[in-house]
Order: sequence, then structure tokens, then C-alpha cells
Amino acid sequence: MLLIHCPYCNQTLPELEFTYAGEAHIARPADPSSVSDEEWRDFLFIRTNVKGPHYERWRHFHGCGRYFNAVRDTVSDRFLITYKTDDPRPELSKLLEKSK
Amino acid sequence: MTVLTHAFTPGPIVASGQVKLTLMAPVARFSLRLRAANIPAVSKAIGVDLATTVGARAANGTTESICLGPDEWLIIAKPDDTETVTNACADVYASATHSLTEVSAREVTVRIEGERASELLTIGCPRDIDSIPVGGGCRTVIDGVTVVLWRDAEQSFRMDIWRSFALHIIDLLCTGCKEFAAE
Ligand SMILES: [Zn+2]
Repeated sequence: MLLIHCPYCNQTLPELEFTYAGEAHIARPADPSSVSDEEWRDFLFIRTNVKGPHYERWRHFHGCGRYFNAVRDTVSDRFLITYKTDDPRPELSKLLEKSK
Repeated sequence: MTVLTHAFTPGPIVASGQVKLTLMAPVARFSLRLRAANIPAVSKAIGVDLATTVGARAANGTTESICLGPDEWLIIAKPDDTETVTNACADVYASATHSLTEVSAREVTVRIEGERASELLTIGCPRDIDSIPVGGGCRTVIDGVTVVLWRDAEQSFRMDIWRSFALHIIDLLCTGCKEFAAE
């Protein structure tokens, strides 16, 4: 079973306690009525669908209940890092360096 | 082995063997949400020093608390103390904003104890039970159902289960007890 580190519980716990919640760092337009249909479509539906390290959201559903962010390699399923939602987006090159 | 119904009459469910299951008497339950700055004021009001580490517990007499998330606690008290807790929190609300919701009827609690109690939990709980310290607890999952687990002693646990899932989970635990007995 996949083990996931929850940055709020500060514990590494079984995947079954967590739910996946899509790509991370997608900001909702501050003023939705001023954006074009294409921009709104992109916000709602268009995702990067990365093959490799992917910035994504997870929720510790059967635990603290919190959403948090993670970088997971979509090929190997390996988590490079998990971090709190208000933490800055970590630099990928540094994560890859660290995981070697 | 007792057949349990939705009446949830407290008493023994599995009375003998390596693990005993008991449906516990009703308690007052509260869901408490608040920001870090207001922890001291609310702790003082309810008379329990709220812990700030997820999974950590604190108690004062029969009033108990467990930290379930960075801004979330579960408070347990005697049914007679329901109003005391509610009023104490209401009194500090103006200066220490929080949300206190009484959820007493939401869950039932099962005591799981005996030499193989921790092993029994592995029938549906993916968390490493050994990682839960005595005197600690956690919200976790068992067979797809969210529960709160309190570890009171090495081999004595309480499990708070939402009523509508309780018969299913208790049935599962009974099955585990039967498996132990059949070994
Ligand atoms: Zn968590």
C-alpha cells in the first residue's frame, strides 16, 4: 500500500485514509465575470496531465480532513514531497536533486 | 454473542474470548472548531487543556478531548455536563470565536479490549495500530467507515462509530472475534 505523509498530522499514513483531489496550484480567477469563455474553460477543465512529477492536491479525508499539496511521479507513483496548502510551490529541480 | 439492533442498548456484545466488545453508555459529544489564538480561552472555559498535536488527548475528570485536526477537537463529557460545556463556551464566545456543535447522538462507542484487541482492529483498519500511543488516538478508517479510535491501554480501545455504520462495523468486529475463537 502507498504511504502518504500528511503535513498537518505530521505522520506517514496509509493511502486508504486519503482521497485524491486533482491538480494543485490552479487559481480561481479573482473576477470570473471579466474572463473570456476560453479562459474560464481552461480554469475549469484544462489540466497539464503530466507524465512524471505532478503537482497535485490530496485530502486526508479519514483523518484531519485537510487538503494539502503533493508532488507525485505519475509513472512510479512515488511521492517526492507533500506540503501544506499555504506553503510555496517547491522547485522541481531541487526535489529531483534531493530524491536521488 | 448478542444480536445488536438500532436501539443500541449498552452492554456486552462479545463477552468472552481473547477480545471483548462492549457497547458503551451514551456520552455527550461535541465537535469544536477554533483558531490557534483562541485555544487558551476555550481551554480555560471547558477546563481541559486542548492539545495542539493531531491525535493527542487531554482530560479533566470525565471531560475528555482529542485533537482531530489542526483546528478541530472532539470533546466527550458526561451527559449531565452537556449544558455546562455549552454554557462555558457560550460565555467566552464574544472574545474567543469558535464553533461548538453538540453531536452526542451522532455516534455510538464500542470498547474493544483483551489480549488481541490491537490485532482485531487490523481486520479493517489500515493504520499501523502500534503507532498509536497509549493515551492517544486518531480519526482513521475501518472498512471504508471513518471512526475515532482512542487507545486507553495497550490492549483497550474505544471506537466512536457513526450510528448508521455502527451495525456494519460491529458485525465486522464480531466476525474477527469468531475467527480468533475458531483458531
Ligand atoms: Zn492529516
